[in-house]
Amino acid sequence: MAVQTLSLSPQNLTDRTPDGPTPGFQSGPWQKAIDVRNFLQSHYRPYLGDGSFLAPPTDRTLTLWEKVKDLMAIEREKGVLDADTAVPSGITSHAPGYIDRHLEQIVGLQTDQPLKRAIMPFGGIRTVEGSLKAYGYDLDPATQDIFSRYRKTHNDGVFDVYTDEIRRCRRSGIITGLPDAYGRGRIIGDYRRVALYGCDRLVADKQAQKKTLELDNFDEATIRLREEISEQIKALNELTELGQAYGFDLSRPATTAQEAIQWLYFGYLAAVKEQNGAAMSLGRVSTFLDIYIDRDLEAGLITEIEAQELIDHFVMKLRMVRFLRTPDYNQLFSGDPTWVTECIGGLGVDGRPLVTKTSFRILHTLSNLGPAPEPNLTVLWSEQLPDGFKRYCAQVSIQTSSIQYENDDLMRPYWGDDYGIACCVSAMRIGKQMQFFGARVNMAKCLLYAINGGVDEHSGVQVAPTYAPIAADILDYDEVWPRMVQMMAWLAKTYANTMNIIHYMHDKYCYERLEMALHDRDVVRTMAYGMAGLSVVADSLAAIKYAQVRVVRDERGLAVDYEIDGDFPTYGNNDDRVDDLAVQVVQTFMAELRKHKTYREAIPTQSILTITSNVVYGKKTGNTPDGRRDGESFAPGANPMHGRDSKGAVASLASVAKLPYGDAQDGISNTFSIVPGALGRTEGDRISNLVALLDGYGRDGGFHLNVNVFDRETLLDAMEHPELYPQLTIRVSGYAVNFIKLSREQQLDVVYRTFHERC
Amino acid sequence: MGNSRQHTDGPSSPLASGRIHSIDTCGTVDGPGVRFVVFTQGCPLRCLYCHNPDCQAIDAGTVVTVDQIMAQIERTKNYIRNGGVTVSGGEPLMQPGFVAAIFDRCHRLGLHTALDTSGYVMPKVAEPVLNHTDLVLLDIKSYDPDLFRQVTAVSIQPTINFARHLAEIAKPTWVRFVLVPGLTDLEENVIGLAEFVSSLNNVERVEILPFHKMGEYKWQQLGLPYVLGDTPPPTPALMAAVSQIFKAKGVDCLVWN
Repeated sequence: MAVQTLSLSPQNLTDRTPDGPTPGFQSGPWQKAIDVRNFLQSHYRPYLGDGSFLAPPTDRTLTLWEKVKDLMAIEREKGVLDADTAVPSGITSHAPGYIDRHLEQIVGLQTDQPLKRAIMPFGGIRTVEGSLKAYGYDLDPATQDIFSRYRKTHNDGVFDVYTDEIRRCRRSGIITGLPDAYGRGRIIGDYRRVALYGCDRLVADKQAQKKTLELDNFDEATIRLREEISEQIKALNELTELGQAYGFDLSRPATTAQEAIQWLYFGYLAAVKEQNGAAMSLGRVSTFLDIYIDRDLEAGLITEIEAQELIDHFVMKLRMVRFLRTPDYNQLFSGDPTWVTECIGGLGVDGRPLVTKTSFRILHTLSNLGPAPEPNLTVLWSEQLPDGFKRYCAQVSIQTSSIQYENDDLMRPYWGDDYGIACCVSAMRIGKQMQFFGARVNMAKCLLYAINGGVDEHSGVQVAPTYAPIAADILDYDEVWPRMVQMMAWLAKTYANTMNIIHYMHDKYCYERLEMALHDRDVVRTMAYGMAGLSVVADSLAAIKYAQVRVVRDERGLAVDYEIDGDFPTYGNNDDRVDDLAVQVVQTFMAELRKHKTYREAIPTQSILTITSNVVYGKKTGNTPDGRRDGESFAPGANPMHGRDSKGAVASLASVAKLPYGDAQDGISNTFSIVPGALGRTEGDRISNLVALLDGYGRDGGFHLNVNVFDRETLLDAMEHPELYPQLTIRVSGYAVNFIKLSREQQLDVVYRTFHERC
Repeated sequence: MGNSRQHTDGPSSPLASGRIHSIDTCGTVDGPGVRFVVFTQGCPLRCLYCHNPDCQAIDAGTVVTVDQIMAQIERTKNYIRNGGVTVSGGEPLMQPGFVAAIFDRCHRLGLHTALDTSGYVMPKVAEPVLNHTDLVLLDIKSYDPDLFRQVTAVSIQPTINFARHLAEIAKPTWVRFVLVPGLTDLEENVIGLAEFVSSLNNVERVEILPFHKMGEYKWQQLGLPYVLGDTPPPTPALMAAVSQIFKAKGVDCLVWN
């Protein structure tokens, strides 16, 4: 489908009249309302070929990237390269910054210096203070005074309301990773709107929205929304100022490919200057940008080499996003992740693939700049994707281990064809939907509480209400499961209350002005709960049901260990006897979560995702009835426990694919590691076989797959000689990390995970 | 062969059962594409480099029915549509009724079938299996008869006969040859094998597998002496030289790495 180009020349691209249509675009509904999808669908050109057109990096790109890599090496050594200890970060808080102004084709940094971190105290001043201290900096006393005495933070608000029970749950680690001291993130602004419409039009639209809220009766929801829209308008005006500081006029739409990328990036930059969110995802921009690139290429304004250079420079900036965070946070979510998740591919509801040449170009940055964890490149996989693209993705996966895959055929019926992924696995319609992020509960600990009547197996503290503990010496499934359901009901209630408090306060004290300015007036909200330890619980229940599990109690009468007699099926072998137990845990907990009222009528969902917190959760959890030892790591996400999936990769995938997406709509994460030789003997075989595995997993209804292709020996060598592997990237639960940035504990966890290597 | 009678039930009998060592749901090196691989239990050969010595005893392993195997295969069908099912071992042709029943059922599901065998069997015994086999992976351990016996402890003649039979019935075949430095890499041995293979017009390719010691720990677990403990894997140069000998005879040759 060719774009109807109106005789293009450089002149009429740049000298457009302020109010006329943008040259080269067809008029349509997208001009009458803010409707990026309509523009996208009526202009993009699917690309069905392979990657042979791709261009290598330019000298400018290589020189710039060398400079950035040098800075990153120093940063790795020091922890942070530099930090501003006084000025709270905002859209216009810092003077423009550059890597090398004359080389950069896309500009803009979070502060006035590359990789210099800014403070964002609205989430919590203590977190800022602690983070600075951890890296040898002191918070400016005046700033501290303001945020302690005059300006309340999100963190203060939350702890004003928390109950004793919630505090006990946080301390014991049955609920962890809550965004109660930092930004919640997982909101994706529709940054494409900045390029397509310019800020003036977006402000006018927001003003019109506000008019629609001049009602007879101002209830609390109306008052809140009117205030929020006012804040959004201020943020959009600040975005225009940010552009001016760098010499660009964001008040008008972008006219060229370079402008479109620059405008869009400024939108994103404003968001990461304003919010230190747990995940600051980008959305689904590459095919949108392809419309501009394709038009400029056709008009002869740029060459393929220049097109690739623009994407390379854009991606370089995304790799440089930094937040100041505490070492605690890094223990949970290691490797300094920012989750700049970009979704690539997928199908339109009309059946046309949303694959364009820029889908290839953005993946090609992994070759031009080398592998990297950010941006978090996420391929929306469909069996119907063009073969050339599928094979290219598989090839890049095998070479770089830097791609994650999510099942577009599964998500499209839920979310349409213009959704993005926030963080790792959370789908949302772009500009129309957001989530209240809520980390996760430790389901393995919940099982131990069910056995011990709510007493924590480590501390001996009564965390949950005093339910009767199990008194029998041999665990009986018909006694354990009802107790487990009872404990899940309590946990769901406490978790829901905690989440409601957190998101009420986040809206009040740490509102995402700019991100929400790039949303519609009325957004769908989900309350994104989550769980960790699913495979431990499934295997424990299977042991109790199919083998004999004897309880070992200590002098306090607490169950602290379990002796297993006999064999039992384990999750990850495509065996329904235990896989059904995993499904049952997911469905039961979701049913409990759905019983509770949520803040702003958010729709409850849950994820089966741990990020890298599976290590910390394991540390905080005693011996479990599946034979897992006290302190041993859980498997990440929805993965089978390490080494227990013994029937090969397909059986392992098939087990995970049974988990019902309908009861885990915030995503089900699976990390798959395979040695190259186990994928096939030749490069062509490996590519074909990886495509077949992805197609099969997709057909089975599997949701998400991280694909790592490397030898265990490579990782062991990287542990010994990190300096030789500055860019070694691996996929962990839902995102990618630089392997050498992981703690030694986390590195060992990755090394001991199941590597499929049987041939 | 204590249990052999129950293994040779009629090929389409739903009650047929057999002894297996294990399964791998994600085989990628035993035939084309992603494959469900059944490793059968029991082998008459005693190869010095065997990497599955625990598959040799005929009375070990687990007895499973064809229905049980097929249920597992069906549950992975989404992954193996462009690959298929391979039966390896052990020696699958020690249980021809069992393997024939599996392959028959696979064909009814439209799945590609591959048989990984040493060919140490009478063609007549293999016939019910071959009727439902799309591809044979024929392991020829050596060409020199004395060397063959040294490597496998059995005679080469049945394998040669079997290879010729496959050529007569035009059964697509990949020949596999394990290259062991200081043992099977004798030039005359390799040339002899290359000449023999080039005389068979059903052979689509030869795969040269480098010797590795990944099975050594299993020998130790079984308390068996492992005589190749000091043998190194072949160098890339040796692999290339051997593959050149096959290519010179006009045989398509894939070197494993």
